[in-house]
Amino acid sequence: MRRALTGGALIGFTNGFLGTFIILRRMSLMADALSHSMLPGLAIGLWFFGLSAGGLFFGGIVAAFFVALGAMLLARGSRLKEDASLAILYTVAFSIGVVLLQFVPTRVDLKHYLFGNILGLGDTDLWIAYGVALVVVPGLLLLLRPLLLALFDPSVAQSQGVNVNAIQLALVAASVLAMISSAQAVGVILMLGLLVTPAATLYLLTDDFGKMLWGGGILGCAGSIVGLLISFRFDQIPSGAAIVLVLGVCFVLAWIFGPRYGLVARLRKSRHFHEESLLRWGRGSSGGH
Amino acid sequence: MHDHALNISDLTVSYHRIPALHHIAFEVHCGHSVALLGPNGAGKTTLLKTLAGLLRRESGKIHFHGREVRGATPDIAYLPQRGQIDWDFPTTVRGLVEMGRYLRLGWWRRYGAADAKAVDAAVATMNLEALQDRQISALSGGQQQRAFLARALAQEAHVLLLDEPFAGLDKPNQDILKDTLRKLRESGKLLLVSHHDLGTVREIFDRVVLLNGELIAAGPVAEAFTEPNIHKTYETKVFAGVDHGKPI
Repeated sequence: MRRALTGGALIGFTNGFLGTFIILRRMSLMADALSHSMLPGLAIGLWFFGLSAGGLFFGGIVAAFFVALGAMLLARGSRLKEDASLAILYTVAFSIGVVLLQFVPTRVDLKHYLFGNILGLGDTDLWIAYGVALVVVPGLLLLLRPLLLALFDPSVAQSQGVNVNAIQLALVAASVLAMISSAQAVGVILMLGLLVTPAATLYLLTDDFGKMLWGGGILGCAGSIVGLLISFRFDQIPSGAAIVLVLGVCFVLAWIFGPRYGLVARLRKSRHFHEESLLRWGRGSSGGH
Repeated sequence: MHDHALNISDLTVSYHRIPALHHIAFEVHCGHSVALLGPNGAGKTTLLKTLAGLLRRESGKIHFHGREVRGATPDIAYLPQRGQIDWDFPTTVRGLVEMGRYLRLGWWRRYGAADAKAVDAAVATMNLEALQDRQISALSGGQQQRAFLARALAQEAHVLLLDEPFAGLDKPNQDILKDTLRKLRESGKLLLVSHHDLGTVREIFDRVVLLNGELIAAGPVAEAFTEPNIHKTYETKVFAGVDHGKPI
């Protein structure tokens, strides 16, 4: 259980941290496609390497890489825009994955790959989580300035010598790594939630890039730990679903009660405005309090 | 005078192999504000983007301060049209201006006291002190523009490229921007501004560049901004190298 919690915390932090970049670069759809395309990779990894984390890791990278590359080529070489090509590629890839998993010699439960099963988290998975966290987080921090410039204003960033295409590629690579590290715990369908929800929650709460970045990491980490504890307590709940649900509750709370951009704050703000106009124009006989 | 010049020679830029600018050549100097005039599709934005290093040139050279400009340089700052910016980005006015320093500092050099001072100065010059902790979407259009100008100042750019800065501003904000541009010009910056309103050219600018796919005229307002040149720029069709598919 300690192993699962350590792994979950690491994976949650890495994904939550990366999420800020994914949201601000508007790559959520791209990340969604990548996550689904991991299924055939996992199946192929199973086929060749059996139930070893290294094999799954390898298969996931290869599959995601091909789908990302395929989408880019398809978008450049035809009339289709990138979103449509991604949609086609990843649903096809996902279907291939479902079919392949039926024929894999090792008997596996498809559900574990779709929604996560933290009990399957082995030592190698933990090492992968460590490795990915050590590559992704410091890597992003080293590239923070060019990333910030490219996210905010790609054209100006490019005019100042930031290679925006390379930055985009680095973000895709980081997403693939982060999502592979979460494949076992959260599953391919739900991994996008862990990647995007923490940073999206912070986005509703703060105007500060740094707070969004670190807050996303911390929320991802905390949400994973709480989700895992829930999944341990009620063992019929898959760990991925528990984690994403916890994060979802946080998001809804921020959406409703956020001090500046929340629903309640906005309703109260318009009422304030109404009162100002009442002050200016005088209160009618039927006027409120 | 020569080493404070932005010199453009034989500049041709194409989109999908169709030229948008043909063999443009002119020279402008620091301490001037230059209006870039021409009908839609004349290549104003193309010229600005090329100078900013955003588009590949098919031919031609750009020199600034006597040195050839090949790609990106912090000496030249490009201010995009307002619609290109994600105003909900989580940053304050001050954060935006600090980005100008990052362009000078590079990727890893430490942000120090000198940088903070440069940011202070840029914010003060653009009269944004009271607004510096605001999120950028909570600014008016004119204030947003000044925030971007402040970023260019923090970047210590000498050449400012502005794409339609007066578009969508009301009269008071236009006056403020006019005033700001005058201050920048007097401090020795070179301003290259694409502009639509021919009626205000004389009061804002002291140089013009008239474009119509090709260069029609360039020079001081009194000499180049003449009735025949304006007529030639706006009344003829934009020269695009082809006419209904047939080469001219």
